Amino acid sequence: MKTLYDKLWEEHHVTQLDSGESLLYIDRHYLHEVTSPQAFEGLSKKNLKPWRLKANIATPDHNVPTTRGDDFDSEKIKDEISKIQVVELDKNCNTYGIKQFDIKSTKQGIVHVIGPELGYTLPGMTIVCGDSHTSTHGALGCLAMGIGTSEVEHVLATQCLKASKLKNMRVKFEGTPPENVSSKDIVLYFIGQIGTAGGTGYAIEFAGSYIEQISIESRMTICNMAIEAGAKVGLVAPDDKTIMYVRKKSFLDKELLLKAEDHWSGLKSDEDAFFDKEVTIDISKIKPQVTWGTSPEMVVNFDDDIPKISDYSEQNKKNIELARHYMGIKDESKLSDLVFDKVFIGSCTNSRIEDLRQAAGIVKGKFVAKNISEAIVVPGSGMVKEQAEQEGLDKIFTEAGFIWRAPGCSMCLGMNPDQLKPYERCASTSNRNFEGRQGYLGRTHLMSPIMAAFTAINGTVGDPL
Amino acid sequence: MKSNSDGLMIDGIVGYIDRDNIDTDQIIPTEYLKSIKKFGFEDYLFDGWRYHDDGRLGVKKEEREVNKDFILNISPYNKSKILLAKDNFGCGSSREHAVWALRDFGIKAVIASSFGDIFYNNCFKNGVLPIQLQKNQIEELFKTVEDEIVEFSIDLQERIIINGDKEISFDVEDHLIDRIIYGLDDVDITLKEKDKIYNFEKNRKETRPWIFINE
Repeated sequence: MKTLYDKLWEEHHVTQLDSGESLLYIDRHYLHEVTSPQAFEGLSKKNLKPWRLKANIATPDHNVPTTRGDDFDSEKIKDEISKIQVVELDKNCNTYGIKQFDIKSTKQGIVHVIGPELGYTLPGMTIVCGDSHTSTHGALGCLAMGIGTSEVEHVLATQCLKASKLKNMRVKFEGTPPENVSSKDIVLYFIGQIGTAGGTGYAIEFAGSYIEQISIESRMTICNMAIEAGAKVGLVAPDDKTIMYVRKKSFLDKELLLKAEDHWSGLKSDEDAFFDKEVTIDISKIKPQVTWGTSPEMVVNFDDDIPKISDYSEQNKKNIELARHYMGIKDESKLSDLVFDKVFIGSCTNSRIEDLRQAAGIVKGKFVAKNISEAIVVPGSGMVKEQAEQEGLDKIFTEAGFIWRAPGCSMCLGMNPDQLKPYERCASTSNRNFEGRQGYLGRTHLMSPIMAAFTAINGTVGDPL
Repeated sequence: MKSNSDGLMIDGIVGYIDRDNIDTDQIIPTEYLKSIKKFGFEDYLFDGWRYHDDGRLGVKKEEREVNKDFILNISPYNKSKILLAKDNFGCGSSREHAVWALRDFGIKAVIASSFGDIFYNNCFKNGVLPIQLQKNQIEELFKTVEDEIVEFSIDLQERIIINGDKEISFDVEDHLIDRIIYGLDDVDITLKEKDKIYNFEKNRKETRPWIFINE
């Protein structure tokens, strides 16, 4: 009896190589400017062309400035090195004829945001991209994972990924959380419980009554951060919500869509499927979560004490000490004692319309606190931006003192000019609080859009209720 | 006798970093991902720890404020061929640049108690051998290397780490170790199966036609 992951694996299994590895057929390949140039170079050196051109969809997201105006193009990027990379993607897509939503396109955005919203991500697909947050697409019932640049070249050249099968884990979230607790809090809590290596070697299927209740976008936030639990694959079985979501986004004709839907509604783990590991978490009493350290597993309730070095065993003391030191935590005992400098609402984790609506709900009619030198909202795509503007969310943010930006990865990793300065403390809706992630010596606290919006107004974390 | 030159042995000084969760942002920060090249990352390995200033792509080591206390800046560890770390090494982003930076610095093997999945795969594509040992074995190795400068010999065929008169065996799948020894190209290997891929694709077009339609 099989899990959903087993079934997707088998359906895409082309052959087993002499080495024992398998070739998996790849339905969809997303590309962006950072991890693709060396792959295209490899392809060209071998005199090869993309195996199936239409499998590939590209967009620039990591490097793009978010302060650009309407008549912007790649050549106008001020950072010369960033420009080379974005221009290189333009060139490669033109050379091979790959569909690109380029920097001028109103549909450009973070690759994991535009894929599902433009109908390119469909349930049951295998999806890869040279980006670890490709797990996001698993929310639609895909076998989706991040790959390295050598593998990007391999997929371009062969339409296959060489892979070994992962183990199966099922994580059930049961219950209904309190108001103002979002799927970001749930996934952070989960990572805190299982640890950042807890899912290594596994494909995680997220299930349980909570997953059934929440929207597709909320599921995306959870699958997005499967990688922060160590699992390169996170997925949710398609249900009626999935089908309704895809129906709205799809460019398929009606007849084909109905045929596809018939197939998708059968994609689920068998009742008696075997999972190598099962985890059940009661989420009914979970509070908003905020990270305090330099790994996503260093997370506590927003009103908890920050862990002290003395709380830990000899082996873990060093990690805690290094994290406290990097984060500039001295005598502060509670998270709410920490004074913030910047707020970032965006990233492939939390830049979709629902995230922006939730944040705007907190911000409406209030003003950004004096200690916050910059609070930015970066919609995940041109389409999210447009929708938000139609709903007047941009006005709510700007009237409160936020800056409303153009789409991109932005301050999640600071490859563009959106960066923290040394020692600045940031409330961020992104996915990684690693040292230097948002800028050299910058200090990142991960949280939900609701808590980030609250922190912008309050100046410190607190109870958004 | 086996030697480094035939790819069957890795001999060299063991550098060590006593930390869990060394993520790929630490191995190489995002700034250097702006390169469109596959080589030339040696000066940026562990950039945030190796220097006291904020680096930029293209700025050389000589122009930087070097952190003289960081192990890989201290002789003879600046010639380390083997790196010892703790749990979950290479977690985080998929950037292959992390392996390129280790490789360009001269690291040929990383020993840790666990690795990030994507990083682990990327290693074998670039001639870097990740070796996974039990946590207690890692603790023992740390005691050894912290006391004195140590060189290990790693026998790839026998799968053993030789430290003086002590030997530790490790597991790696055959096809992965062959990648390190012979430096095989995955695309070439896979394209030998191209008929199977064509047939699979043809069949898939019939059974799952919606996959093959773009607007």
